[in-house]
Amino acid sequence: MAQQAMPDTSLGQMRPTYIYKVVLLGSTSVGKSSLAYRYVKNDFKESLPTVGCSFFTQTLNLEVATVRFEIWDTAGQEKYHSVCHLYYRGAHAALLVYDISNKETLNRAKLWLRDLEKEFLPDEIVIALVGNKTDLAAEREVATEEGEEFARTKDLLFMETSAKSNHQVNDIFMAIGELCDSSS
Amino acid sequence: MAADVHKKKGWEVPNGSLAPGDGQHAERSESPTPGLAQGTEPGAGQEGAMFVHTRSYEDLTSPEDGAAAARSPEERRGEPAEPTSMEQISKDFSELSTQLTGMALDLEEEMRQSKEGKLEPSPQTTHRDSVLSGKEEEDVTMDAWRMHRKHVFVLSEAGKPVYSRYGSEEALSSTMGVMMALVSFLEAEKNAIRSIHAGTALGGNGMWGLMACLAVLLPWATLAVPRGRLVAGGRGCSLAPPCSPGEPGLQVCPRPSRGTPSQADGYKVVFVRRSPLVLVAVARTRQSEQEIAHELLYIYYQILSLLTWTQLNHIFQQKQNYDLRRLLAGSERITDNLLDLMAHDPSFLMGAVRCLPLAASVRDAVSTSLQQAKAKSLVFSILLSGNQLVSLVRKKDQFLHPIDLHLLFNLISSSSSFREGEAWTPICLPKFNSSGFFHAHISYLEQEMDLCLLLVSTDREDFFTVSDCKRRFQERLRRRGVHHALQEALRTPFYSVAQVGIPDLRHFIYKSKSSGLFTSPEIEAPYVREEEKERLLGLYQYLHSRAHNSSRPLKNIYFTGPRENLLAWVTSAFELYICYSPLGTKAGAISAVNKLMKWIRKEEDRLFILTPQTY
Ligand SMILES: Nc1nc2c(ncn2[C@@H]2O[C@H](COP(=O)(O)OP(=O)(O)OP(=O)(O)O)[C@@H](O)[C@H]2O)c(=O)[nH]1
Ligand SMILES: [Mg+2]
Repeated sequence: MAQQAMPDTSLGQMRPTYIYKVVLLGSTSVGKSSLAYRYVKNDFKESLPTVGCSFFTQTLNLEVATVRFEIWDTAGQEKYHSVCHLYYRGAHAALLVYDISNKETLNRAKLWLRDLEKEFLPDEIVIALVGNKTDLAAEREVATEEGEEFARTKDLLFMETSAKSNHQVNDIFMAIGELCDSSS
Repeated sequence: MAADVHKKKGWEVPNGSLAPGDGQHAERSESPTPGLAQGTEPGAGQEGAMFVHTRSYEDLTSPEDGAAAARSPEERRGEPAEPTSMEQISKDFSELSTQLTGMALDLEEEMRQSKEGKLEPSPQTTHRDSVLSGKEEEDVTMDAWRMHRKHVFVLSEAGKPVYSRYGSEEALSSTMGVMMALVSFLEAEKNAIRSIHAGTALGGNGMWGLMACLAVLLPWATLAVPRGRLVAGGRGCSLAPPCSPGEPGLQVCPRPSRGTPSQADGYKVVFVRRSPLVLVAVARTRQSEQEIAHELLYIYYQILSLLTWTQLNHIFQQKQNYDLRRLLAGSERITDNLLDLMAHDPSFLMGAVRCLPLAASVRDAVSTSLQQAKAKSLVFSILLSGNQLVSLVRKKDQFLHPIDLHLLFNLISSSSSFREGEAWTPICLPKFNSSGFFHAHISYLEQEMDLCLLLVSTDREDFFTVSDCKRRFQERLRRRGVHHALQEALRTPFYSVAQVGIPDLRHFIYKSKSSGLFTSPEIEAPYVREEEKERLLGLYQYLHSRAHNSSRPLKNIYFTGPRENLLAWVTSAFELYICYSPLGTKAGAISAVNKLMKWIRKEEDRLFILTPQTY
């Protein structure tokens, strides 16, 4: 996959830098921005709906390489759907986010998947299905198994997260990072 | 989708002058006289302006939207000769003041009485008889809803609710239907504004009263009233012809008499139709129809800024009864914020932009840094703090309209999401080009600093280039060492009127017409409480509407009231509104104006952007 290997002179050796473009897709208020913010800043705060798209970067200095995530956090509001393809073009990975306390958002994630399937060949992009807000267990509308099952049939990565209680947020980014790496 | 910046019809101004006159700086006088030509007044840019020239209420009077952005030729030519000395001004004021004081007192009295909630029959008012006298049963549950000073509704021409400022649109859809019927009934032409004054009988009962009025107007319309019985009695309404040709507001019902204490509150219902939308305000404020209609237009432009005019029309051409709420879902707070902002911030009234007070050397360094961090696709680079402009650099030959900038201010102040990361969003600047989107890169310079950078690009694919412009801008700011000075300036974003050194002066608004910029001190005591601040803005609104009344504009207005005196002075070059102690005399006010103008001239390079840059 598209990545850039650059010499890191400070270490006096070749340490490649991998740049992965990750796009977050999903209905409004499922927690895409909160996931991005948790991952980048390790914090959670009430936020307002995204306008257009927000761009974040996160650089990981691993022993063997530097990984730079370029995160495109899209707006879930309907009026921005027509521009979303702009943001996922050329992506290495996509997180399809839904809210486990709102069944409708899973259906919406499935629609996003169809859009992605039109744009990308299966081996061109790593796709993860992410059920967010696990801290809202009492209001759960989507069983873990349901998400899991759907992900398996579509060959997607699957994880449930909570941006609020910091559950598996790092893990999901690490997981896609690894997959991007192995598929390159 | 990229907006076409090169062909802009609306700019083909009759007099051929697109750029506001490059001021004749040689004539910048120390002590400004009213004879100042546009371009030499305090605050006028020395190297041209940043904005398209505008005229008050231009959108209301121009038939087509696109043509509205230009400077009105009559504003340049049609002005009678300006008085040339303070004595002349002083004379003008004394001639005018008697009459206007009367008017003003009337208003002042209304304001006082409506506040105290009672109204003595006032002998000097000669309002015509009430059109409606009826008894409506109060729907108590609606009380809170009716208490609001200004309701705003947006609906589609098919009568579908699009937006309601308070309460759910759902509950109001029956009302919307009635409004629609009224709109089509009143409509003589598209894009017109109509208003109704509803007092006495309507006042107490808000919407339901309105509906009663409509019932009389429209005996064939079906009224669906969920609760409360309506008795629309009386002699019925008659439709009056438009007040005067070219006058946008049409009073349907004459203003009813204000005899009964409990029914003092009148509502004004103003309709603005901008196909395929209809905007309605039901207001208890003292604004003129023009002002209310002007605010409704802002709401219309705000919707366009999200969708573009082209998309909006396309949608409704495809499906007449489309439910636009789906597309606008999540944007209600942007519209809410805009309405709140308009009730507090004089920018909208003045149709101008306020600058963050900043030493000229610092501002120049910022502007130059911004100018140097350019990219091919950039059209505007804007740095702002709160709702004040710090710097604006534009592509040569491209001018921004103040309305578009106000919409950007509003977008930024109503969304905290820009605080994190870098936003890249499609945005339509409806006054610039209502058919296409720009892409705006929006970010804050630093976490804890209220300094937001907006880079407007024509190329939606250009994110990384534009993002790099931001980096380069910050780099240059650092290298020029103005970062600290900027931080200092942000600590006091408003100045105190005490700096002017006129003891009786409480507040003022000064607008330079050629630059489209205005300056105004912080609102201080005695205008501390929110209602007091709004009341002051209300007085300015009143003076502004008197000064810009389309049938009888006034250039000098002297207003005396029990709580303050105000003076308005509108010339072809500037507008000045001052508010001073009720104990001050008129002579005192006039000398204050003189002194204030000198002060503004002295401070102009701090309060205005005199040397706007282009790339
Ligand atoms: N309880 C809980 N609330 C969350 C979680 N993640 C986000 N939220 C809340 O859900 C709401 C929406 O979160 P955002 O991150 O703004 O949602 P979004 O998907 O970015 O929404 P758009 O930008 O409109 O597409 C906010 O009130 C968040 O505080 C979570 O893990 N648990
Ligand atoms: Mg978001």
